[in-house]
Amino acid sequence: MASVRIGALHKSYGPVHAVRGVDLDIPDGEFTVLVGPSGCGKSTLLRTVAGLEDADSGDIAIGGEIVNGLRPRDRDVAMVFQDYALYPHMTVHGNISLSLRARKMPKAEIEERVKRAAAMLGVGPLLDRYPRQLSGGQRQRVAIGRAIVRNPRVFLFDEPLSNLDAQLRDEMRVEIKRLHQEISTTMIYVTHDQVEAMTLADRIVLLRDGVIEQQGAPLDLFEQPASLFVAGFLGSPRMNFVRGRLERTGSGAVVALDNGGPKLTLPAESAPDAPSGAEVILGFRPEHAHRALAEPLADGHARVASTIELVQPTGSRSYAAFRVGGQLAVAELRAHDASRAGEPIELDINLRSAVLFDPATGKALRGLRR
Amino acid sequence: MAASSVRANSARVLTIGFFIVFILVPLYWVVVTSIKPASDYLTTPPVWFPAKPTIVHYTAALFSYRGLQGLINSLIIASAATALSTVMGTMMAYSLARFRTGGNHLALWVISQRFLPPVAVILPIFLLFRRWGLYDTRIGLILAYAFMTLPLSVWMMYAYFRQLPKSLEEAALVDGLSRWQAFWMVATPIAAPGVAAAAVFVFIAVWTEFFFALILTSRYAFTLPTIFRAFLGFQGAQYGEACALATVSLAPSIALGMIVQRHLVRGLTLGALRG
Repeated sequence: MASVRIGALHKSYGPVHAVRGVDLDIPDGEFTVLVGPSGCGKSTLLRTVAGLEDADSGDIAIGGEIVNGLRPRDRDVAMVFQDYALYPHMTVHGNISLSLRARKMPKAEIEERVKRAAAMLGVGPLLDRYPRQLSGGQRQRVAIGRAIVRNPRVFLFDEPLSNLDAQLRDEMRVEIKRLHQEISTTMIYVTHDQVEAMTLADRIVLLRDGVIEQQGAPLDLFEQPASLFVAGFLGSPRMNFVRGRLERTGSGAVVALDNGGPKLTLPAESAPDAPSGAEVILGFRPEHAHRALAEPLADGHARVASTIELVQPTGSRSYAAFRVGGQLAVAELRAHDASRAGEPIELDINLRSAVLFDPATGKALRGLRR
Repeated sequence: MAASSVRANSARVLTIGFFIVFILVPLYWVVVTSIKPASDYLTTPPVWFPAKPTIVHYTAALFSYRGLQGLINSLIIASAATALSTVMGTMMAYSLARFRTGGNHLALWVISQRFLPPVAVILPIFLLFRRWGLYDTRIGLILAYAFMTLPLSVWMMYAYFRQLPKSLEEAALVDGLSRWQAFWMVATPIAAPGVAAAAVFVFIAVWTEFFFALILTSRYAFTLPTIFRAFLGFQGAQYGEACALATVSLAPSIALGMIVQRHLVRGLTLGALRG
């Protein structure tokens, strides 16, 4: 077990500057998820920690020791690859034990460790099989077994679930989370899937174009995104963004939506420090827009009237597309809500959970929340 | 529908039959001539199978014409050259494929050796071998053949390593293996079908090589192909002896082909990766 510290890391592949000055401190035992769209540099960052790529500049320290010049085998990290990378000419036992055999560990201890790792992942009965005789989920378990058998200081996962089908992916996600709870070794996990990031992470590090866009606890990123990019990346269906103009009133502020749309009064405590007349983008999540009930408007909410354009039932709830200020947005309705496309609807939007962004910079305007 | 499938079937039978006749009849003729008495060689109508088969041509070819010595030389030289060429070729190909050794040019330069006509290099090699004491030695011919076939084994293994996913070796590196161990314990075993294929090609190239063997050997290290010229003399051709030796020289190629066939078709990477 060890902490991982990355300082001012840069890495280019020819003309492509994949990682542009990343600083990251991962405390011992934390489950950190590097997430971002493809090409954001997350895999490169992971491979640099593993030692499979050399950094152009910057430092990587594992357990307080700078490992820049160390070969992968001397870093005491284990890695699980996206394509599993099982050795096809070795049995499951051979795959799991290779690292121990390479270290010339006594036979009895190898057997003991392999047995324990296999039991942990439920691949005990498969030890004599070859990778080609395994299903995708079993292969991934063996790949993870190969990593845990070594008892490394740090685990690295490079999109380990992206080749599995949806159901198996959910299962393995739970498995990996359970594994972390059991062995509580530092884990760095790369994915482009925001659901994986949200569910697994102690901390999410969201990367974009080789730099960290925002990092923090999953719910902090979800509720207080620092930018339009973060807000749009996390959450499904994604956050609604509607354009408008800020109007200051005596004590608070109002967002007048474009195209003569409604004026939404912001809760008094969360007016942003932007001048009157400033262009803003109001972001609110579908789960913060509901069908208006008969009772009076709740504090910090705004009521708008619109027409349903489309309903998407998902079983547990339905999502209704509507327009506000001429701009498309989505509201969450109850599963049995009988609304149809074309019907008028009144919606309550919870502005306490909304975020204001500066359209010019894409950054969140501070002061809106709390 | 039935008519068209019958037509397609007979077309297939005809094509396969044509190839069988084209390839197997000459082979049969060689084998059968090797056991014919001399009087049956060139008769009209031809003798399809001799009334009195004989092995006299075999004893003559193997002992009077020193065919046995040639066979032993050929076996030693071809096996050693094949081993040397595939081992060196595999390592070189790995280096080219994984580290881009020599940029884009070295790989092309290696294969370009195959464009070189052997006559262009035979004289310098002959002179060097004379000076180094390699002339008419098995070692000399082994070295000459190993380097002559190196481009072939490099190129075949290069293609193989290029399509081998890097992540397997990366997993090995992270697992605690050195690059050398990753090469020998992971990359090469997975590339075994490629190694087998390269070995077969190299062996056959060496087994049938005539020109280098003719120039670089004389009384001691001569190989099977060089013996055949002795069967064509002023008094006519020794058909029986020639065919007997040809039959003998066919055997190792066929045996080798059968042994490695399993490796050639076995897709070893199956199951290593997704899907």
